[in-house]
Amino acid sequence: MDESYNLNRRQFVKVVLASIGAFITAAIGLPALAYIIYPATQTQEADAWIPLGPLENYPIGLPTLFNFTRTKINGWEKTVNSYGAYVTRYTETEHKVFSNTCTHLSCRVNWREDPADFHCPCHDGIFDMEGKVADGPPPRPLDEYETKVENGDLFIHFVEA
Amino acid sequence: MASRLFQWFDDRLGLSTIYNITLDRKVPKVNWFYTLGSASLFLFVMQAVTGIFLAVYYVPSPENAYNSIQYIMNEVAFGWLIRGIHHWGATLMVIFVFLHMLRTFFFAAYKFPREITWLTGVILLLATLGMGFTGYLLPWNQRSYWATTVGTEIAGTVPVIGDFIMRVLRGGTDLSGVTLARFFAVHIWFIPAIIVALIGVHMYLVIRIGISSVPKDGD
Repeated sequence: MDESYNLNRRQFVKVVLASIGAFITAAIGLPALAYIIYPATQTQEADAWIPLGPLENYPIGLPTLFNFTRTKINGWEKTVNSYGAYVTRYTETEHKVFSNTCTHLSCRVNWREDPADFHCPCHDGIFDMEGKVADGPPPRPLDEYETKVENGDLFIHFVEA
Repeated sequence: MASRLFQWFDDRLGLSTIYNITLDRKVPKVNWFYTLGSASLFLFVMQAVTGIFLAVYYVPSPENAYNSIQYIMNEVAFGWLIRGIHHWGATLMVIFVFLHMLRTFFFAAYKFPREITWLTGVILLLATLGMGFTGYLLPWNQRSYWATTVGTEIAGTVPVIGDFIMRVLRGGTDLSGVTLARFFAVHIWFIPAIIVALIGVHMYLVIRIGISSVPKDGD
């Protein structure tokens, strides 16, 4: 610790000023950072079974779009988000429900009857009736909703983290 | 290494020249009253920084203004701190700029060759009051609404053109969303631009001419 005894006045002032400066920077900078990133730290979980009506209303072999909305609180206002689910019945008993959100960059896919595929208009992503990628840039198949049928009514399990 | 790095920048940017001219200049022996200008500048910088941060969440419309401030105060991390600093800093800034003006007046520091420094200072004082007037409306609560109603009404008492001035301030005959939007624009763009420009002139003159010494008996 010999060196500290040799600290002259100029060096002492420098060290003290640097320390105070670092303290003030942290005292201002950290709250400022927390202030900016705050909304990103707030997550809202959503978990609900959404009724889609009687299963028999949906035709077999023709994916049919069901639209629904969910409400969330963002900041000080309610945000209503729209979702679409393609009810795809293969047989009387087999069916799948796909999200209509393209797995590439979240545009909405449409069912085209002529080539019989799901087509994304943004970058020509194409999915087959099973939801698998048939062509284009999508990295994975269409997302699927968990389903259940109660008393003939179709339900999908809507989960959002 | 650090000194060589500094030297490299210094040779190209002239940092030490800037330091010598702005901070290492000769000053007469003065007292604490001479710190009021620096205090005003510090408060302005603080208002600018906290104001920029408030603009991240504040929305200047009748539907959102009040609620967005409630959100800042009650939910956003340290929102209460940033708005608190902006709120109290505003009052402090008016006080300090005013005291700075009084110091200059009573020490007769406005005389030749510092008349232009004084004149820019007068506009800076008025601009600071303008910031206070326009900022007061932005929370869009009862107090700010009625204060602005009264303030613009007072402007309306000017003979002949008073009614026109009031309509210009309000952006119409009534206090409305139009008023809120224009007060916001004036608060964050028009007046800050004027203040920054005039602080530049003001400080250039302080550096160029130097500050006056404390008047002595018989001056």
